[in-house]
Amino acid sequence: MSGSKRKFTRRTALKTGAAAGAALAAPMIFIRSAQAAYCNAPRGGSVTLGFNVPQTGAYADEGADELRAYKLAVKHLNGGGDGGMLNTFKPSVLKGNGILGKKVKFVTGDTQTKSDAARASAKRMIEKDGAVMITGGSSSGVAIAVQGLCQEAGVIFMAGLTHSNDTTGKDKRRNGFRHFFNAYMSGAALGPVLEKEYGKQRRAYHLTADYTWGWTQEESMKNTTEALGWQTSKTVKTPVGAGDFSQYITPVLNSGADVLILNHYGKDMINSLTQAVQFGLRDKQVNGKNFEIVVPLFSRLMAQGAGEAIKGILGSTNWNWSLQDAASRAFVKSFGAEYGTPPSMAAHTCYVQTLLYANACEMAGTFSPAQVVKSLEGFKFDGMGNGPTEYRASDHQCFKDVLVVRGNQNPTSQFDLLEVVEVTPRSQVEYDPAIFGGNLGPVNTKAC
Amino acid sequence: MDAIILQILNGLDKGGAYALIALGLTLTFGTLGVVNFAHGALFMLGAFCAVSFNKLISLEQVVLDATQKTAWGTALEIRTPYIEVWFGDIGTVLLDYSVPLSILFAIPVMLIFGVVMERGLIKHFYNRPHADQILVTFGLAIVLQEIIKHYFGANPIPQFAPDIVAGSANIGLWLGLGDSVVYPWWRLVYFAFSAIVIFGVFAFLQFTTFGMVVRAGMRDREMVSLLGINIERRFTIIFGLAAVVAGMAGAMYTPILPPDYHMGMDFLVLSFVVVVVGGMGSLGGAVAAGFLLGVLQSFASMNEIKSIIPGIDQIIIYLVAVVILLTLPRGLMGRKGVMED
Repeated sequence: MSGSKRKFTRRTALKTGAAAGAALAAPMIFIRSAQAAYCNAPRGGSVTLGFNVPQTGAYADEGADELRAYKLAVKHLNGGGDGGMLNTFKPSVLKGNGILGKKVKFVTGDTQTKSDAARASAKRMIEKDGAVMITGGSSSGVAIAVQGLCQEAGVIFMAGLTHSNDTTGKDKRRNGFRHFFNAYMSGAALGPVLEKEYGKQRRAYHLTADYTWGWTQEESMKNTTEALGWQTSKTVKTPVGAGDFSQYITPVLNSGADVLILNHYGKDMINSLTQAVQFGLRDKQVNGKNFEIVVPLFSRLMAQGAGEAIKGILGSTNWNWSLQDAASRAFVKSFGAEYGTPPSMAAHTCYVQTLLYANACEMAGTFSPAQVVKSLEGFKFDGMGNGPTEYRASDHQCFKDVLVVRGNQNPTSQFDLLEVVEVTPRSQVEYDPAIFGGNLGPVNTKAC
Repeated sequence: MDAIILQILNGLDKGGAYALIALGLTLTFGTLGVVNFAHGALFMLGAFCAVSFNKLISLEQVVLDATQKTAWGTALEIRTPYIEVWFGDIGTVLLDYSVPLSILFAIPVMLIFGVVMERGLIKHFYNRPHADQILVTFGLAIVLQEIIKHYFGANPIPQFAPDIVAGSANIGLWLGLGDSVVYPWWRLVYFAFSAIVIFGVFAFLQFTTFGMVVRAGMRDREMVSLLGINIERRFTIIFGLAAVVAGMAGAMYTPILPPDYHMGMDFLVLSFVVVVVGGMGSLGGAVAAGFLLGVLQSFASMNEIKSIIPGIDQIIIYLVAVVILLTLPRGLMGRKGVMED
């Protein structure tokens, strides 16, 4: 009998205690590991987004407008205001109650339009403020640097204004997504219009900002114009923030070129275009033709800074507030009512990116980067101001129509500075992702 | 030939700005013995005098037109500058000439600022080491920058030359070289302006009793004081004069380069190189070096030169400074005993 009875020894007590302890602790261990399954998993009733924009430096104008748009997006996501594009975006599962029921909060950083400062502010927002997603831009160098950091840290990066082919080309990352168009698309959209307006016999002189965006913009414009039959007279790199471009403009006068392509943006573009006009380039006749200036990447904010010099100049843009589709009108109405000015294209792309991220989280049912990436890859949507759009899975680049614009000769208001010359269909600006190389790599969902 | 003429002109107008800033720096150093790192900020303040003046005379009457709506549904604002409402065409002309007229605003503002700065801060550092002077003036420059950034924002604010000088001069036709040499009128105006200011400062120091006393004080301060002359008061006025020169240079430069809060720092480093190359304490040296380095920088930007030595346009000024200081340690026209123990 005694053999059948289990004896409760000290050893048994220890084993039982350990097993019971392990069993009780198990749910907590699983919960903890689930919470730490990805970086900055939101706890409590709110989720924090990091808005990393240039508040100083050459692109501060764009940065200020981007920040306004982000704040408006947060307001709309939390159910405030008139909802803006939440009312036109489809297919959308956004409810106006935050993201996954959590109230959206945000922190901001100043990139200073410098890669090291941008990385430092993004790092601070991830490590100190607990941002689950970083977004921002206005310089491709900065965007690429921050995209790399977000990939390493395991958070999603929704690029703001960045136009270099490299962002979703050789430097693309699985955790990074770009809604904005790129230099290749600018070239592809501008080509037919340049041919129509200026003909096939032209000699182009390029002044190019000496960093990743400038290089790819120059390459794309050169490829496009040479395919039209134009000759490239010279390509000259200029330092970013050069201020006085006179020493770079004077050689153009006697170069035999009859077109000047300014691969500049922001403050540099305002200065170089204004000075090129001051040097009389637009009044010049070369090779029996009127001298022309082309600015491949245009924005209304730059047009404002350049004043009269912008009139009649051709360029391309991602979006313009004068578009009359329902989504653009809704966004302009919200933004104008909030800030008293229409939004810039930088503001538009940032607003859209925030909504797209929020919607991807709702679709995935989680903030986990692995699931959010899956939701965004190949996502097709409409009602965001650019017509039918797709986030291409192979390089995380959005494909949509591109606008070719011209500096308005007869503006009706201080904001009416660009007129849309042509809406270039998406099919005309598409390309094989292999041409720019790069590898998305795996999604990073590590805890931080 | 055309390219050479254009680069000479480029160099001269750039050199004009360098020379004006360096002239003020040298005046301050030569009279008070102070190394003023806030001098670039004075150039920037002058530029913002032009911006402020423009904002002042562009104040607008806003009338809401309920018959027209903005894209966001509010009544359209019709804006008309008060100066045009009050003075009609004369008001339009005054707006057009805002930059040159801003000089009249910049002169008293910069003079008062210079005198207050000298009496309130700089005079406490006369007998302190140069390192202390550099630290305090550099700190002041940062404070001034941040104040301007707070009130005017971080972005450049374009200013426009009067319509009559907004285009380009066909210099090639004047020189019989055809119509391939054109140069913006305002840059020629700026070069002429800087030449007049430089000449005016030299004439003031050379041909007035005040100037004679100042020059004597620069040579031997104690001896002039022993003669019963209040040399300190004169030096204070000279500090104010240096601020006025920097301020006028900044105001007139705004149509060439839209001013932002950081523009002073961009010019400061180059101007110190100009002062050192010209020779510490030498007014003539500062002017000569300003124009010399401006012209060299322009030539270094020529494609023909850059194809031989890439990037030379970014380093030429510093390269020349190294060569000159190795061969002429006191700079081009430096005097013996200045900044030497």
